[in-house]
Amino acid sequence: MLESYVPIFVMIAGGVIFGVVMVKLNEWFGPHRPNDEKLSTYESGMEPIRSARERFSVKFYMVAMLFILFDIEVVFLYPWAVSFKQLGLGGFVTMAVFIFVLFLGYFYVWRKGALEWD
Amino acid sequence: MGSLLLISVIKFVAYVSIVLVTVIMLVYAERRVSAFIQNRLGPNRVGPWGLFQALVDVVKLLLKEDIVPKNAYKPVHDLAPIISIAVALSTFAVIPFGNTIELFGTQVKLMIADVNVGILYLLSITSLGVYGVTLAGWSSNNKYSLLGGLRSSAQLISYELSMGLSIIGVLMVCGTLRLDQIVLHQTTYLWGWLPAWNIFLQPVAFFTFFIAAFAETNRLPFDLPEAEPELVGGYHTEYTGLKFGLFFLAEYANMFTAGAVITTLFLGGWHLPYAEYLGLSPTMLSILQVLTFCVKLVLVELFFIVVRWTIPRFRYDQLMNIGWKVMLPLTLANVLVTGAVMLLIQ
Repeated sequence: MLESYVPIFVMIAGGVIFGVVMVKLNEWFGPHRPNDEKLSTYESGMEPIRSARERFSVKFYMVAMLFILFDIEVVFLYPWAVSFKQLGLGGFVTMAVFIFVLFLGYFYVWRKGALEWD
Repeated sequence: MGSLLLISVIKFVAYVSIVLVTVIMLVYAERRVSAFIQNRLGPNRVGPWGLFQALVDVVKLLLKEDIVPKNAYKPVHDLAPIISIAVALSTFAVIPFGNTIELFGTQVKLMIADVNVGILYLLSITSLGVYGVTLAGWSSNNKYSLLGGLRSSAQLISYELSMGLSIIGVLMVCGTLRLDQIVLHQTTYLWGWLPAWNIFLQPVAFFTFFIAAFAETNRLPFDLPEAEPELVGGYHTEYTGLKFGLFFLAEYANMFTAGAVITTLFLGGWHLPYAEYLGLSPTMLSILQVLTFCVKLVLVELFFIVVRWTIPRFRYDQLMNIGWKVMLPLTLANVLVTGAVMLLIQ
């Protein structure tokens, strides 16, 4: 059972090794002539103003939270979808109620303006 | 165990070489098709018809200086492209590119890893790709990079929802998470003549999945993370040399995988309609099916390329609106309608 995952681990490890080797090769073959101007942050040729690590819009955070809520619900749907044919009408009604409740929350979020970008 | 590991390593090496060649061909195809659309010639000097252009570009990137800005956080700056490429290379593992083939007297399934939760693996690994982009944006300590990385992560997670929900419809029809079983399910015929491909059974899911695939691969019209006019290079503004090249490779490898997933889930995978009536030997049929898969994949990729060069970019608010206010309700409604119709038919 677990043996079928061996190729997957090899793939992931191989991908990482490939990436590391490429980066290292670049370090070996490429020239190294750093200077202050070259190492400064790129800001379209202007003198960089302050750091980039400042506060950013809370919208991104909201999207991340909403994503977690809805993604968990998608995870619930997977096992249900796979065994849909066995569950029959009962399973369908149960999930319809679940999705209806979810839709209520979705419209609440929508009306509250959490999905607006300006 | 040891032989399994060895076979896996061989598969990986073969697979990576195929992917790299394909990616290089994809870059070339993209440049030639875009040139054709814009009434130019495109690369035509290096090798016959300029075929080696992308290969030479990789060598050029290899010989470039690797610049890490002094305000950047170096460990993460180095790590980000590695995450991107590792994720992009490992997603293809579960895609069946053919039915079984008889090799040395045993039936071999033409897929790298035959796991029973193929789709879940695909979804989980592709969502890891967000880390590469976000960490690249954050670690560069550059305003363009940070904005590009943030936008990208918001976009990727928004469209991941619609992507996951579109697949639900397919799972309900096929009743399995194994990708090879899903393809097998599509080899039957409806009313005796129409191949039961999921594009016919689940047209809405196909449509939403296709749009989500564009967004997940950061392709135009959804390439807001890069959006050259406003964000310079987006999350890879501060990357040079092969580290930049790795992001580039990862993007095209993702496009390759997205095309393969679309082919597998909706376009019948390796299924060539009516080929089983031709009376070919099993080996010939297998080879024909692998070729069919390749042809379908190439057509999907060409469609990706043509769309990129003919459609303008969305604004960011439009992009998020489509993701949350159109795609999400549409995919959820599709799940309910599919369920209702399936119950009625039974």
